[in-house]
Amino acid sequence: MKLCFGSSRKIIWSGRRDISFTRGKQPPMAVQSKSEQEEDREGLLSVSSHTIHVTEAVRDGDGLTFIVISQKLSGSGEYHVARTHEDFEWLHQCLFNQEGPGILGVIFPPLPAKPSLNTSTKDLKQLGFLVMGKDWHTYCLALETYLQQVAAHTRLSKNKCLEQFLTSSEAPGCQRVKKSLFNRLSQAMDGLRKEGHKDVDGFFQSERDTNFTHIGYSKIATERFMDVVLTEQKMSVACGHLSTCLHLCIEQKDDTASLAFTKICVKLSEVIDLMKKNFESVAEKDLSSLGFGLDLQTRYQEAEKEMLYRRTCKLVEMEAASRNAERAKPVKKAAMDALKVKSEKEFAAISAVAKQEIAWFHAVRVKLLRQALILWCEKQLEVARDASTRYSQHLEAFKTLGGLTLQDSHVASEN
Amino acid sequence: MKMATSSERSPPPFPDSEDQEPDPEELRDQDSDDGEDIFLDPDNLLETKMASPSASDVPTKTREPPSDLFSESLIETASTAKHQRDHTEEAARDISVGSTNDVIDVSSVIAKSLKVDMEAVSDNAEAKSDIISKPLIDTDNEPGTDLLKKTHNTSSVPVMDIFSEPPSESISAPVMDVFGEPQSKTSNSPVMDVFMEPGDTLSKPNSSNLEPSSSSLVDVLSETSNINIKEPPKPDVIIDPLADLISSAPVHEIKAPVVAVTKVPTKDLFDDEPSNLFTEPRSSKSAKHLQSSFLDEPDEDLFSEPLGDTLKKPQNEAFKEELPPVAKPRNVRGPLNDNHSVDRTDIFTVEAVTTAPIAVNTVTVNAKANGVQSDEEEPDIFAEATVELSLDSPRNDRKRKEAAKPPASDPPPAVAVSTSKPQPPTLEELEEEEEEESGDRFELNISITNPEKVGDGMNAYMAYKVSTQTTLPMFRCKTFTVRRRFSDFLGLYEKLLDKHAQNGYIVPPPPEKSIMGMTKVKVGKEDNSSAEFVEKRRASLERYLQRVVCHPSLLQDPDVREFLERDEIPRAHSTQALSGAGFLKMINRATDAVSKMTIKMNESDVWFEDKLLEVEAEEQQLRKLHMMVESLVGHRKELSVNTAGFAKSVAMLGSSEDNTALSRALSQLAEVEDKMEQLHQEQAASDSFCFAELLADYIRLLGSVRASFDQRMKTWQRWQDAQNMLQKKREVEAKLLWANKPDKLQQAKDDITEWEAKVTEYERDFDKVSTTVRKEVLRFEKEKARDFKKQIIKYLESLLQSQQQLIKYWEAFLPEAKAIA
Repeated sequence: MKLCFGSSRKIIWSGRRDISFTRGKQPPMAVQSKSEQEEDREGLLSVSSHTIHVTEAVRDGDGLTFIVISQKLSGSGEYHVARTHEDFEWLHQCLFNQEGPGILGVIFPPLPAKPSLNTSTKDLKQLGFLVMGKDWHTYCLALETYLQQVAAHTRLSKNKCLEQFLTSSEAPGCQRVKKSLFNRLSQAMDGLRKEGHKDVDGFFQSERDTNFTHIGYSKIATERFMDVVLTEQKMSVACGHLSTCLHLCIEQKDDTASLAFTKICVKLSEVIDLMKKNFESVAEKDLSSLGFGLDLQTRYQEAEKEMLYRRTCKLVEMEAASRNAERAKPVKKAAMDALKVKSEKEFAAISAVAKQEIAWFHAVRVKLLRQALILWCEKQLEVARDASTRYSQHLEAFKTLGGLTLQDSHVASEN
Repeated sequence: MKMATSSERSPPPFPDSEDQEPDPEELRDQDSDDGEDIFLDPDNLLETKMASPSASDVPTKTREPPSDLFSESLIETASTAKHQRDHTEEAARDISVGSTNDVIDVSSVIAKSLKVDMEAVSDNAEAKSDIISKPLIDTDNEPGTDLLKKTHNTSSVPVMDIFSEPPSESISAPVMDVFGEPQSKTSNSPVMDVFMEPGDTLSKPNSSNLEPSSSSLVDVLSETSNINIKEPPKPDVIIDPLADLISSAPVHEIKAPVVAVTKVPTKDLFDDEPSNLFTEPRSSKSAKHLQSSFLDEPDEDLFSEPLGDTLKKPQNEAFKEELPPVAKPRNVRGPLNDNHSVDRTDIFTVEAVTTAPIAVNTVTVNAKANGVQSDEEEPDIFAEATVELSLDSPRNDRKRKEAAKPPASDPPPAVAVSTSKPQPPTLEELEEEEEEESGDRFELNISITNPEKVGDGMNAYMAYKVSTQTTLPMFRCKTFTVRRRFSDFLGLYEKLLDKHAQNGYIVPPPPEKSIMGMTKVKVGKEDNSSAEFVEKRRASLERYLQRVVCHPSLLQDPDVREFLERDEIPRAHSTQALSGAGFLKMINRATDAVSKMTIKMNESDVWFEDKLLEVEAEEQQLRKLHMMVESLVGHRKELSVNTAGFAKSVAMLGSSEDNTALSRALSQLAEVEDKMEQLHQEQAASDSFCFAELLADYIRLLGSVRASFDQRMKTWQRWQDAQNMLQKKREVEAKLLWANKPDKLQQAKDDITEWEAKVTEYERDFDKVSTTVRKEVLRFEKEKARDFKKQIIKYLESLLQSQQQLIKYWEAFLPEAKAIA
């Protein structure tokens, strides 16, 4: 799984790289600072983003601890750290709180929601494929992707928190995080009503609309696909039951007829077991490839939506500021104007960053889906071929089995 | 050889023994010959002999004055014997005054070459003729030679039988009888050998002949042999009651057979016998079917009839040569009945007529003997003997002995013992038969097509086209088609059930009536589920008919033929409201089941006990399996629905996609998913058709199997009841006897006769049902294994096919996915 995903990871990462390159050529002021930051980043992050792996989830009391491994950029040596989901949340919050112009325009890589150990239906609905894999495999993969995306992001990777998160053997403090998170949340609640605000920019308006529809469809598609996988898992379980039940049919008898029947039962049990395994692997491949892809895509779209929403908030703020400036009494005029200019500046910065991010996102989304589809298709093909050859083997075995029983009975009758 | 035998034999009862001996020999020969082909004759003859001896024995052994019996029988025998002698002598001379040596040679030759050579057979036949002729001659001159010859004859006969027919048991049977009887001297060992190997039989008989007493293998046999040896010289020497019996018996025995044989058939036998004997063996070897004709022609009296009967019977019951044991018992019974009790009007009326004289003789003798003991006892003895005989020949010996020893005291145990033994061989033969039948199976192909709704509203019904293709001669055309509705199928089942279930057959059950499904169809909703229902029903009806037709006995049923052939068959009314009547029936069955629970059957046969448990366990298993498979089918259907949903959502996702390549790929994916949904649906159907339906069928079939077990139990119960009744009647009789009330005694005796007959009949029924059930269960198991294999291969094929289709779909989609820029 990991191997297979390596390629997609690379693609995503390199995609981001390309885009950041083109960004670098852009003249605006944001770019200048960025080029500086880029240099900074090189110095800051001591690990290469594509070597970051979340290898396993260890159950630790009530929570899960994830082992994060990354390779030092300098060459030899690896960082091994253990992180809880709270730590990830802290990192995410740090990224949010990062200072810098247009940071709100960034599409933050989506952090998967906190899993609970006892997988409930609600949890399943919320987390989807991520909790379906065995041993939190998919969830680890999601976290890994998150970290990689963050590390590969030109703006986010320079955050010190990331460095700390990846390299420090001690867990970062959580207290502060939670608080600020609550702030953020309340802020978000506050801005909920601004959702339907009409955009001034046609591009963003249409982007919001498509994002809206996309989210809806990909959510549905993900859910449907999840249903498929769930049924496949059920099938696998049912096959398992059937197989064991068939095994129970075996009777120890001497006469040929029942012996033949027993043989048939055993064989059939094997076949059903094969079916079970087939469904198992189909389901597993489903969720590790297309399932994961769809999920990631949905979450990314959510992230984009959030970003767009933040921008809309800023837009509302800016508009309010300009209105205030217009209506302001002369005494306050200057201050209001300054505020207006500031918010306009911020908004412009956000919009600029958002545009880049959206462009990047579109490209990367297609690539991601393509990758997921190809991977899925290949894996399914592999599984199907494997199953097919096995089935044909069993079929042959069955046919010869018949011959044997006939012979047996002949021998018996002759005797 | 001669010396030894002569020394053994020489003693007192010369006149009688001599006379008798030749006859027995002849009889044997006849028997053996018959036995080769049809086991009836030998058995009959033997039995007649047996019966008569036993009867005679009984009197001697038993309490009351045997003097009457003896005197009469002796007189009779003597007179008859003389006649016989004359005839025999003549016949013998005519045939071939030939050569005892030949006989020996023949036997030795046979021993050397165990093959079923035609020549050998003919040789044997000739030898026999020689033997026969000689013994007759010898008997006049020397009894010892007779014995020797007899032994040779007997030995050769068994050999013949063995060679001619594969079922050794059948052969053994006559041999056993022969040995068991006074002639046991001839060869006790042969019997044993026969079971083991024909070669041994050949070799052993000789030895046994030489040393009858020493070689005696079985106690019974040994006893008989001892008796034989000892009898003539010193009857007192033997301590056992048997010995006494025998000592006295030999005379009687000899007489009885002689009487029987001689009186009526003597002429025929002697005149015809040689020819018959010779012809018969050959014919049997060459072709068993031909035998009948041969036999009929030469053997006017004795031979023709038994043979005819035997031939008829086997055919009727579809037991050909494959089922000698089964066939035998019946055959044996027939003749026995006729011989012993003329009263019993069996199928063998002809036989009875022919044998009548014999029977009369025997009866008279028996009657006398019985009369001494108790008038009614006789029939018992005979009945018992017959019963025992019916099952197998080996029993005959025992039975005879038992009958002879404790005249009427405890027949049931003997029966039980005897019954248990013969079955193993029958099974194998049954299997053979099945094999043969399975070969025939393909001569009849039945398919049900074109389910069609006839009529409107709630009176509507589905009519199915039943097409038959066959090469069987029993049908008028090679292909024919009829239209049948569902209730017709049920009607057929009811008819078959009424006719065959009581015999222990497993009647394949049709699919259940489904009000829900049919109502849907009637309402006329052309939706998926009703179409599926109709198809399911069509398929299961087809399987039902095929199962019926596969059953060799059911296929012969006129109703089945009519169902397949006749254009219009009367509407089956009873099944129309089967849902309602079915409920009542279910209640009946439930009460039946309860009563069955209360019947405590002390199972004499472990096989049935085990099998019943097995069947019950299996039914549980299958039910569980069926549930599993049903859930699997449900999941599969769910999967198909979900796949369809996913396809739709993917299509929507694709349509909302800006990126044209991605959008195209997604819509392609939607198509692929649609196809997969189709695939899942098909697979679900195949799951359900190949698997679930098969299991459902077999759950129903297992119900029928259990019904057949129940039937057996019922028969057993009836038998037991009758036996208890008989016991009571006997007690009553004993009381009356004690009280010395002769006026009521007759009534009691009549009752006993009646109940004895019933007991015999019921026991026979029980044995028959047991055999049938056994056979049916074996057949069922075979069928099951075959069916499952077939269906599973089909299922696997469908699985493989859908998997390959899946591969194709993926392969087609892969480039599309890669084409996304």
